[in-house]
Amino acid sequence: MEKIGIIGVGATKFGELWKHGLRDLLAESQLKAIEDAGISERQIDMIFTGNMCSSDFSGQSHLGSMAAEILNVNVPSIKVEAACASGSVALRQGLQAIKSGEADIVLVNGVEKMTDVQTRQATTGLMGAGDEEWEGFNGLTFCGLYAMIARAYMHKYKLTREQLAMVSVKNHKHATLNPIAHFHNEITVDQVLNSSIIADPLTLLDCSPITDGGASLILAKEEIAKKFESPIWALGSGQANDTLSLHARKSLTEIPATTHAAQRALMQAKIGIDKIDVTEVHDCFSIAEVMAIEDLGLVPRGDAGKIMEEGLTYFDGKIPVNSCGGLKACGHPIGATGIKQVWEIVKQLRGEAGKRQIHNANIGLTHNVGGTGSTVVVNVFGRERG
Amino acid sequence: MHRQSPILRWRRYPERYRLEGNKCLECSQIYFPKKELCECGCKSFVNYKLKGEGKILTFTEIKSSPEEFSEMTPYCVGIIELEDGPKITAQIADADVTCLKVGDKVESTFRKFTAVGDSGVIHYGLKFKKAKSSIN
Repeated sequence: MEKIGIIGVGATKFGELWKHGLRDLLAESQLKAIEDAGISERQIDMIFTGNMCSSDFSGQSHLGSMAAEILNVNVPSIKVEAACASGSVALRQGLQAIKSGEADIVLVNGVEKMTDVQTRQATTGLMGAGDEEWEGFNGLTFCGLYAMIARAYMHKYKLTREQLAMVSVKNHKHATLNPIAHFHNEITVDQVLNSSIIADPLTLLDCSPITDGGASLILAKEEIAKKFESPIWALGSGQANDTLSLHARKSLTEIPATTHAAQRALMQAKIGIDKIDVTEVHDCFSIAEVMAIEDLGLVPRGDAGKIMEEGLTYFDGKIPVNSCGGLKACGHPIGATGIKQVWEIVKQLRGEAGKRQIHNANIGLTHNVGGTGSTVVVNVFGRERG
Repeated sequence: MHRQSPILRWRRYPERYRLEGNKCLECSQIYFPKKELCECGCKSFVNYKLKGEGKILTFTEIKSSPEEFSEMTPYCVGIIELEDGPKITAQIADADVTCLKVGDKVESTFRKFTAVGDSGVIHYGLKFKKAKSSIN
């Protein structure tokens, strides 16, 4: 089957970017990706932009038009929304557009401007990722939903509060090595346990922050991509969906959509999970990373706590996870997250990850979740075409 | 914005006030909230009033809440498995996180939820509280 290559990537700084609006973020990441690829914006055939809450947070819908206007082009340009998985679902639309033959070169963006509203308003807006009529009405927040998952998981697998805190400690350590990360401070297990409770048992330092940021990729069909210096190849992509509400799931301690999406992506790539050198998972809350590494099959079910204690998921460990700092410490601008994960994999596979570079990184995987596991996308990338 | 709409909430009164779900006429599967298409493929249902008794599968105490819940913060929310089968999300009233355990028996109770917007429209609905049999 024909492969698709990533020939350019770009990302803004992640953080509370008071001087940057939605348009500024989108412009910066798009232009960086185009410059990185060394192409002209006139060569782009289609644009897809992943974003969740631009209407709620900036009063701006219609991001497709905004993305095209920035580049002075009039090609088809579409906003894609799938809550926190918006970026990855936008990427999948880009892959489909090339596979269909309608496009040769596609620009894929992820962007979210979150800090123009207060935290309480952001919290309400983000609840749109859950079931508004039954979860939102009862006063649930996303931290509350993941807190219920954490309690169920801790009850079933005897995961300790300290083990859970180690996810955030590790991701903050990684973020100190990533220039674009939201946070550049290391934290301790005690600091996680003693930070204010947001939704029991999760504390402030279990939660990814409210972050502004944008990230972009340029995709090209095989015939074009192979002419570029070091394209990174999309080897497999899988998506699976599940119920909107958490209560309707059969289990509260696993996300079946992750397992299904991973199976589809790995089958396309024709490799096993043991061949993955570098992984970016969706750690919107510490418990989410614990479940992700189990659902993906990177570690046996129920073992994630022990693995955290052994430090195996540090960037220089056996199973490197979230070398960029993850959503926790690189930041979580909702729509941008899925694209930023791919940005990190491309940096790692090109050998451009600086102090956080993973040795012999040849194959990478991204895992991006919308809601509590309602939409999951898993992608596999490689230095070789496969 | 949408949370201030009395109409949006009014539409769900049978479910919110009376725990009215529905039951598939083919396979007898019970749903809450109501479904239009059963997992068995059947589209014929009859209304079914759930008993309002169940047990807590998991819970949390929300300390950082959305705007319209700020007055009642902190409050507990849980996922409850009803005796009739369906699992639902509900607030657990008259409780703090220290007095709840996974597996506790609970029963439904009619309560005020939020008063929102310029008109101060009050939303009511069912919460759950620890069942008499499980209070020591």
